[in-house]
Amino acid sequence: MYNFLVDILGNEIIVMIITASLPLFLFVIPFALVAVYAERKVSAHMQDRLGPMRVGYHGLLQTVADILKLFQKEDIVTEKADKSLFNIAPFLVFAGSYAAFAALPFSSIFIGTNTDIGLFYIIAISSLVVAGILMAGWASNNKYSLLGAMRSAAQIISYEIPTALVILSLVMFTGTLNLHTMSELQTSSFLNWNILGGSETGIIKIILIPFMLIGCLILFISTLAEVNRTPFDIPEAESELVAGFHTEYSGMKFAMFFLSEYANMFAVSAIITSVFFGGYQSPFGYLGDLAGIDWLVPIEQLFWFSAKGLFFVFVQMWLRWTLPRLRVDQLMTVCWKYLIPYSFVNLIIIGIITLL
Amino acid sequence: MALQTEEMVLNMGPQHPSTHGVLRLELILDGEVVVDVIPHLGYLHRCFEKHSESMTYPQVIPYTDRMDYLASMSNNLGYAIAVERMMNIEVPERVEYIRVIMAELQRIASHMVAVATNGLDIGAFTPFLYLFRDREKILSLFEMTCGARLLYNYIWIGGLSHDIHPDFLRLTKEFIEYYKPKIDEINDLLSFNKIFIERTANVGIIPLDSAISYGFTGPNLRASGLAFDLRREDPYSIYDRFDFDIPVGEGLQGTVGDSWDRYFVRILEMKESLKILEQAVDQVPDGNVKSAIPKRIKPPVGNIYSRTENPRGELGYFIISDGTLNPFRVKVRAPSFVSLSAMGELCKGHLVADVIAVLGSIDIVLGEVDR
Repeated sequence: MYNFLVDILGNEIIVMIITASLPLFLFVIPFALVAVYAERKVSAHMQDRLGPMRVGYHGLLQTVADILKLFQKEDIVTEKADKSLFNIAPFLVFAGSYAAFAALPFSSIFIGTNTDIGLFYIIAISSLVVAGILMAGWASNNKYSLLGAMRSAAQIISYEIPTALVILSLVMFTGTLNLHTMSELQTSSFLNWNILGGSETGIIKIILIPFMLIGCLILFISTLAEVNRTPFDIPEAESELVAGFHTEYSGMKFAMFFLSEYANMFAVSAIITSVFFGGYQSPFGYLGDLAGIDWLVPIEQLFWFSAKGLFFVFVQMWLRWTLPRLRVDQLMTVCWKYLIPYSFVNLIIIGIITLL
Repeated sequence: MALQTEEMVLNMGPQHPSTHGVLRLELILDGEVVVDVIPHLGYLHRCFEKHSESMTYPQVIPYTDRMDYLASMSNNLGYAIAVERMMNIEVPERVEYIRVIMAELQRIASHMVAVATNGLDIGAFTPFLYLFRDREKILSLFEMTCGARLLYNYIWIGGLSHDIHPDFLRLTKEFIEYYKPKIDEINDLLSFNKIFIERTANVGIIPLDSAISYGFTGPNLRASGLAFDLRREDPYSIYDRFDFDIPVGEGLQGTVGDSWDRYFVRILEMKESLKILEQAVDQVPDGNVKSAIPKRIKPPVGNIYSRTENPRGELGYFIISDGTLNPFRVKVRAPSFVSLSAMGELCKGHLVADVIAVLGSIDIVLGEVDR
């Protein structure tokens, strides 16, 4: 697709901008709208309620109405706030979570930037979110915001370590940092997914499976903490810190935080999908291949990628509406005393198995 | 040179999602560690006690509704019993049974809110709504009886404002059968959830001697290990006729008297209340619920301290009568007020998040604290 656009427009930079921003308009914003609605409906049905029912059929347009409301709201900046930091923070947070989408392979032909250091880039760029959150918390000049921001920074930075260790073990296993290549390696059947030992064969594949499962679990837990979802939603802990670092934000700036939270949810689900569950690969062949229609395959791949990603988003919502929240010291205990040692041991074991 | 640090003062409330009303807690923090907690009361003060002095005795009852608004029936009952004792009124059997049924339904409803909000404070949203769904059923039973869902003005001096609806006993039985398995559901979902236990066990421990010194009563005292229940120790109404156990905190998940014990004692008490209800609904005799209501309520000169077991503890009414139609003085001993006074000791050395967990576990109602 990239080369095709270069042929039409003739300028590489314009094409790069277009391909990088496509996920935003085609995927992130529509996804956020749907995810907010889905979260409300999922939570409602889990709690014996109906959820939004008034705007549109079964409340389908509720999030659109909410966004319109947020657009109209007054943009309040508190008097004692550090105005420039206060204004930059939501955009920085959003940019950090959105930029990760540029390296995600939605299908074999549609990937924002097919860079060789895709995974490294995603881990690096999503750290930008921490800076944004700290800025928001500090600039608000509010004690709750500050506490929330401090907790958030500590949490995200700590949980990046197990995330990176697990991803590192998979990078060792597959020998690539490129998510596109990694997905390509897991082709043809779900038996080739990394969670089931990848393309290894025989006894090595069977030995690998338990360690892959552990790795997947660690990755899921630590990414859950990185996106501040329950049971790790301590930075926003509603009942303690009101709304954490975004207590003082209203209107569209609040919407930016909200949007980035949902974008982040999908981004981490997409990483888990790409790394462990075959990325955009179908678990069993393609209809397009069977029928001999070439253009159908990428569309199917997009479907599988979204479906797997949305499944993990659903699990995140499910957990959120089931579990209570941990305390900040317990959160750190989970990370430093359990996840990091386990993921480190896992890294070594997978490394040894890969060498064999 | 050591880095200079300062203690931070964090105002929690009066507008805060987890202070259960308009309570303001002044938290002195060292980082996130609580050094001291100073509760500031009075945001909901409505001069109930002073108002009562210019009201006639029956007119005080609607005010008692508004103290502990999650247990209005129990407040009515305590006041009615106090005045009846002053005037030596014998109430009919039917009234006694209906009162016990109402008080126990109210106890379940109140404990539901206590358990639900304790979970909500710790981040469990779903059990909160499950419990409120079930509480609606109790409120519907009350609405059927007296038309109100929160502030009933139902238990009058010497009787009741209305007789119960013909379907009431059948529906109550249905509710008992409906609610029994739901308690286990909450246990699975919340009580024995690993995260919930981590958050509440060994947090906010109050040993028995300290609990007694503070004057704790009700579930908070029983969680510290003393089986003290006024329904058993100082029986009023007809509680001596029923067979029920008094659950105490055993420190199953941590230490006796921690937040989890205070939470779990309430779960167990709901089961005991169901047991009392089961016995009571089968025995309600016929009779006239208004036959013993006196024409003029004018207690003789004197005073009385009468106490009943509210869902939150010992609710005491101290009433001085000067022989006129208005009470000379009505003083209420509110269990929530006593519980709140221990916040400083309960929270010292814990984190900000624990303040919320502890506040939820002592189950205060600000209407009663401030009166």
